Amino acid sequence: MKKTLISQVVAGALFAVGTSASAQLSNDAVNIGVLTDLSGIYSAIEGPGAVVAAEMAVSDFGGSVLGKPINITSADTQSKADLSSSKAREMFERDNVDMIVGNVSTASALAAMEVADQMKRVALVTGAASLPITNERCNPYTVHWVYDTYALAHGTGAAVVATGKKTWFFVTADYAFGHTLERDTSEVVKAAGGEVLGSVKHPIKTTDFASYLAQAQSSGAQVIGLANAGGDTIGSIKQAAELGIMGSDQTVVPLLMFSADIQALGLQETQGMNFTVGWYWDYNESNRKFAERFMKNFKGVAPTSVQAGVYSATLNYLKAIQAVGTDDSDKVMAYLKSTPIDDGLFKGVIRKDGKFEHDMYLLQVKSPKQSKNRNDIATVARVIPAADATLPLSQSKCKLVTGS
Amino acid sequence: MFELLGVSPQAFTAQMLIGLINGSFYALLSLGLAVIFGLLNVINFTHGALYMLGAMLTWIGLTQLGYWIGMPELEVPYLVALFLAPLIVGAFSIVVEKTMLKRLYHLDHLYGLLLTFGIALVLEGLFRHWFGVLGNSYPVPDMLRGGLRVNGLFLPYYRLWVVGVALLVCFATWYFIERTKLGSLLRAGTENPRLLQALGVNVPLIITLTYGAGCALAAFAGVLAAPIYQVTAVMGSELIIVVFAVVVIGGMGSIAGSILTGLGLGIVEGLTKVFYPEASSVSIFVIMIIVLLLKPAGLFGKVR
Amino acid sequence: MNTTTVTTATSNSMSTFTKLSIVIFVLLALLPFQNFVYDLFMMKVFCFAIFAAALNLLLGYAGLLSFGHAAFFGSASYVTAHAMKEWGVTPEIGLFIGVICSTALGYVFGYLAIRRQGIYFAMITLALAQIIYFLATQVPFTNGEDGIQGVPRGEFLGLIDLSPSSHMYWFSLGVFALAFLLVMRVVRSPFGQVLKSIRENEPRAISLGYDVDRYKLMAFTISAGLAGLGGGLKALVLQLASLTDVAWQMSGEAVLMTILGGIGTLWGPIAGAAVIINLQNYLANLGGWSTIATGAIFVVCVLAFRRGIVGEIAHRLKIQL
Repeated sequence: MKKTLISQVVAGALFAVGTSASAQLSNDAVNIGVLTDLSGIYSAIEGPGAVVAAEMAVSDFGGSVLGKPINITSADTQSKADLSSSKAREMFERDNVDMIVGNVSTASALAAMEVADQMKRVALVTGAASLPITNERCNPYTVHWVYDTYALAHGTGAAVVATGKKTWFFVTADYAFGHTLERDTSEVVKAAGGEVLGSVKHPIKTTDFASYLAQAQSSGAQVIGLANAGGDTIGSIKQAAELGIMGSDQTVVPLLMFSADIQALGLQETQGMNFTVGWYWDYNESNRKFAERFMKNFKGVAPTSVQAGVYSATLNYLKAIQAVGTDDSDKVMAYLKSTPIDDGLFKGVIRKDGKFEHDMYLLQVKSPKQSKNRNDIATVARVIPAADATLPLSQSKCKLVTGS
Repeated sequence: MFELLGVSPQAFTAQMLIGLINGSFYALLSLGLAVIFGLLNVINFTHGALYMLGAMLTWIGLTQLGYWIGMPELEVPYLVALFLAPLIVGAFSIVVEKTMLKRLYHLDHLYGLLLTFGIALVLEGLFRHWFGVLGNSYPVPDMLRGGLRVNGLFLPYYRLWVVGVALLVCFATWYFIERTKLGSLLRAGTENPRLLQALGVNVPLIITLTYGAGCALAAFAGVLAAPIYQVTAVMGSELIIVVFAVVVIGGMGSIAGSILTGLGLGIVEGLTKVFYPEASSVSIFVIMIIVLLLKPAGLFGKVR
Repeated sequence: MNTTTVTTATSNSMSTFTKLSIVIFVLLALLPFQNFVYDLFMMKVFCFAIFAAALNLLLGYAGLLSFGHAAFFGSASYVTAHAMKEWGVTPEIGLFIGVICSTALGYVFGYLAIRRQGIYFAMITLALAQIIYFLATQVPFTNGEDGIQGVPRGEFLGLIDLSPSSHMYWFSLGVFALAFLLVMRVVRSPFGQVLKSIRENEPRAISLGYDVDRYKLMAFTISAGLAGLGGGLKALVLQLASLTDVAWQMSGEAVLMTILGGIGTLWGPIAGAAVIINLQNYLANLGGWSTIATGAIFVVCVLAFRRGIVGEIAHRLKIQL
């Protein structure tokens, strides 16, 4: 025990000398780790495209910061909590990574955040959806960049109720994310004067949804809300089309959906559908310019909102280091939370709970006739103002907000 | 009674029917497994991957093949794929049997299970690498679009077609094995291959063809599934575990047993989805344990 | 067979085996003093080595292929994590509670499964494991998809803080060494000999008057407890217990490690675990390739390499490993 104490003191002293000698950056470089799902179920949403986006951000920034090199490493979490946790640890401990960006499923994001918090390094979450990331489970080193379940529930839920469709039935994935999404959307629906007729919970990675959809169908609800993700959402929509629900007087509303999912399903079966995203490539000129450059680097596939988020997060992290003159996590985070962000793709402020508050977009899927090419899948039906799409701080359970 | 359960009779019938559709897939897949196990004593773990392969080939034929060979207007239609995909998969499986599986017959049949497990992983990995994980959508063939509306319950023609075709193929296979001359040779091969060989029958050839046919059945199920489910590289890997359970419950190697159990369990699972949806994925395993405790050789199996 | 030659051969090779084992353990103990091998990575190898060794005890010495060992690995991992996080116990108590649970579970599963043989045995273990997986998604304390995160490593015996990697490393090595000794002890005891005789010829063992079922059940229970030790240790090392640990693919991985390393050898499962973890680590960033490689290894092992790495070496050098 005693020996350890001494060695720790010595190590601490060495570290102090080391940092003061090599100016402001630990290890004389900024190391960025893209921790994402490269081969699992969400790899099309973030995956290899996120690595491309991070590399674009570094090259746009000029390839170096404070005269020192910027390195990018990447690792595959397959959207599993255990891989995410051990890869995050490996990145921080062995590769001296200063910041990790990515994390497309809630379980893997929470696992990586936990490690980042322990080691006092920055974790910028782009892909995961759950509100607890900046609520119950918030920490001082995390920013939730693109969207959360609150925004999805309020964006899509409110918009659909506003069209006069008031009775809902939920088909929900049976895990924390699905439950939260169902609960939040139900509240929005009820607050807007709608009614929830019931819900059915299915195990994750279900193949056949006919049974659940038939229950939703016979409930007579006007809206069938899908509180699931990825392959489950795709499966539900495909089978809803096959069972003749599409085109009937019932509407299927996916609460979490990405442009990549629409591409996998095709426009024939999804046309007219509404879904909420944090960013869409065809919204304005600067988005389109970014998307064009991205497509050149990534097999002609337009960036998803999450991939754009990885670019934005990486770029703003580097800007913060430039501004504060160090890669010290506390100083970088203080800068990020005090300076409004406007990088051409995202515009808004990072709140003290770590939520990046910005506008969200309600998309409507185009019909096959309207679509010019396979990236051209939707129009922006409505811009959801940042204030409506973010949990008010007064309701926050984050310890950084409540102070306990 | 239905009011007591909180489900209307129509809804109950609808759920039974939906269960029957899944049951048809289970029956087709477990039938192939049972045939293979009966003659080769091999637990064919590749079955799920071959089912995926059948669906993949169907999708590739419709959308990709034309571009690959420089004739973009070429599309392999559904009905052609229904014959072609099982043929290709059957041929592939015969190669696997001839080059690899054959060398394991003298060993404990656990090695057959491990080998086919490995092949399944390779197939799945390759297709995931080529076509990603989100998969692709295969449209319902034009002639089978639409559906019947009975008592407010919508039955797509395509699903009715699946049940019909699956039942037909299952019956044909059963008839072939249990009621024809060739089938009797096959059954004899499972009882006593040496004696049969001594009688001048080419047993290795029968074994090879049986394996090919069993695998072709998996691909056939895959083609039927393509328009219903998203065609992905992993579509077989979750299914295979369930189908194993079906085979074990029915009794390893019993042809009629695997068909009936497949259909029955499809219905049971369908009803679980109504009354305790969270448990739908586990219901079959619970039944399996109960059956094995009461009847060790499965519902229709013979104790060997 | 000549009894005397067998005995001498065994005693000779035993000494080689002992020497080799000591060298390996000393080298492992010195590992934190260098820079090329990452210690977290080695700790992971230890966890899986214990897991694979547990499966090997059953498959290699009793001839029973379990396709449901993830149930023991995973449930102990959850229980240890829960005990550490919610009850604040010391790591050795946490591991102990985890192992008790997996042992009890093993007894129940074993009771249900050992009455069947071969494929049926494998299938029943798989089915039982699927039920555990289902429970893990449903009971509240496992936190479903998120798993139990941020598990504290605690203080060994209430004295030594295990948060620093090097401390945790030696602790894991110690646990691993204990598990290794236990397996060795079991295999070489009269009990282990009876197991081998059951594997070779069950009817004969029965006719010799052995209560075969009781031996199998005992082997299954010990194996389950040991698998739980691996799982509990994993929860401490990675500070996380998740659904991956109870999924059926995890059982498949243990089987792969065992046959790759060499069924029925003491060092085999350990070598298998090291190779597979390494491979997954290096192929992880190549997308689907790690699945393809894993599958290919299975195929090659079964077709050409049934003795496995260590088994092959032992066979060539004519020693027992």
